[in-house]
Amino acid sequence: MSAKKKLKTSAMIASIADEGTPTTSAPFGHALVKAAEKNPKIVGMTADLGKYTDLHIFAQAYPDRYYQMGMAEQLLMMAGAGMAREGFIPFVTTYSVFASRRAYDFICLAIAEEKLNVKIISALPGLTTGYGPSHQATEDVAIFRGMPNLTIIDPCDAVDIEQSVQAMVDFDGPVYLRLLRGKVPRVLDRFPDYRFEIGKAKRLIDGKDALIISSGLMTTRAIEASDQMKENGVEVGVMHCATIKPLDNEAILEEVRRHPDRPVFVAENHSVVGGLGESIASLLMREGVSVTFRQIGLPDEFLGAGALPTLHDLYGISTKEVVKTLEQYVSSDEDIMPTI
Amino acid sequence: MSQTAIGPKASAVEALRQRAYKIRRHALRMGEVQGQGYVGQALGVADVLAVSYFHALKLDPKDPEWEERDRFLLSIGHYAIALYAALIEAGVIAEEEIEDYGSDDSILPMSGMADYTPGMEITGGSLGHGLGIGVGMALGLKRKESASRIFNLLSDGELNEGSTWEAVASAAHWKLDNLIAIVDVNDQQADDKSSTVLNYEPIADKWTAFGWETYRVNGNDLEALIDAFDNAMESRSDKPRVIICDTLMGRGVPFLETRDKTHFIRVDEDEWSVALKQLDEVYGVQ
Repeated sequence: MSAKKKLKTSAMIASIADEGTPTTSAPFGHALVKAAEKNPKIVGMTADLGKYTDLHIFAQAYPDRYYQMGMAEQLLMMAGAGMAREGFIPFVTTYSVFASRRAYDFICLAIAEEKLNVKIISALPGLTTGYGPSHQATEDVAIFRGMPNLTIIDPCDAVDIEQSVQAMVDFDGPVYLRLLRGKVPRVLDRFPDYRFEIGKAKRLIDGKDALIISSGLMTTRAIEASDQMKENGVEVGVMHCATIKPLDNEAILEEVRRHPDRPVFVAENHSVVGGLGESIASLLMREGVSVTFRQIGLPDEFLGAGALPTLHDLYGISTKEVVKTLEQYVSSDEDIMPTI
Repeated sequence: MSQTAIGPKASAVEALRQRAYKIRRHALRMGEVQGQGYVGQALGVADVLAVSYFHALKLDPKDPEWEERDRFLLSIGHYAIALYAALIEAGVIAEEEIEDYGSDDSILPMSGMADYTPGMEITGGSLGHGLGIGVGMALGLKRKESASRIFNLLSDGELNEGSTWEAVASAAHWKLDNLIAIVDVNDQQADDKSSTVLNYEPIADKWTAFGWETYRVNGNDLEALIDAFDNAMESRSDKPRVIICDTLMGRGVPFLETRDKTHFIRVDEDEWSVALKQLDEVYGVQ
């Protein structure tokens, strides 16, 4: 008899990829190098987290275009604003907790109020580290959704990140992107027609029995959950909403109305307070769309420390837990669909 | 050749004295329009602005966004009334705008914002932003191999903000010799005297310790200001420079110079004309 192997605390360099999932290493860093080859205005700036936001790839390729600003997130945002004022396109990197909690005023007044072309790339969004609340940005979207002029992007995987880098370069204005870094899963390769576009939500899987609208890594979980449900004869549609703000109202309404009897689930790697779920709920209510609506997200509390798989199960955002939630509301037998 | 009392420096001082007088007068007229305003600060910093705009800065009044201009960043948004006065005197803003100061649709809002006003480089008001933005712009200018400079006017109260010191450290680290900070020390902030609220003296020693080339002058002494700006601009050192200017709130209007100092100096409705009259008398204008 052997003791069950203890799962270790997921460190800040932990990969969110499940075993066997294809991955790409540092997709943001490599995509930025590629974009920078064509555009000399791109510069990289960080607050002592170059290696932890995959910006080190850019730093190695373009040492003279890389600015190590020190562990000073307020300065990072101000200096990014200054760089943008002089016509450059700064990609500034830190962790989501520090961008949202510590540097808010500087992003708001120095960058967003003046619509400056600064791209804020923040790692460890939501629950992607086991280090506890100091590093878990479970409310960053809630914090930033109220900031005018700021575009918020929550990419699903390496494919999304690669495409979003060029999209951000082509887009003139401030962007906040929730970065997945290190060995990042490749999931969207499976959908050859998929293209990331700022401001667009895209249907990935059609399904008549339920709809999941998701962003970030929860789109991966939604796809996996849909696959598993399909084995039991339940068709779960998945719409990937990589841009949280501005929300693609038109596409979301159209998708929900296509099968008006489907329950709608919004899945996000974020607190159920103030994120994609509430954003879509208010859209549906404003438009008079009445559906069974449930959120799959993190609870409104400071989360625990530990191994990510354990924590994702505990807080209901692992594929297994997503399936469980879906099963409460959806069945292959239409007669047992509960009334909520 | 030594300069005499009627030499070029004396005439330069006299020209700047006239500019400072006009800046003070424009500011008082704006204050009169609204019946309020940060005129105490404007009167105090007028000499610093006269030397900045009419001695130091490279600018084209007809093209406030001229690429080769020096950038003057006002992080203390509430000093906008003073900067508007300087921009009017410089010909960047039309003098008639004074009549609409702070009114609906005016290009001169009471707190300085980049979108509203030609020549207003940044949106100030959330204190502790200007110098950090200046660091980024100075880095950007170096990338472009530009000879332009960044000037940032901040206040002693703004030294309370930790973000200011992140920028102070960074400017020295990056050897930003194209960045000149100007600190208006009037020893007054919102609640009380700056030295009482949170004492930062000895201010000069702190900047020097952070690696800056530091000057401290009487900010109401035009000759001292000219020397400090000249030295700061001509220095061959690779350090950023700071000119710390001790100023007197209300300077140039005797009854305001001696009035109890507050952040928002009180001027009664019937006192605006008195203030303008006293200012004219101080400058010998009938």
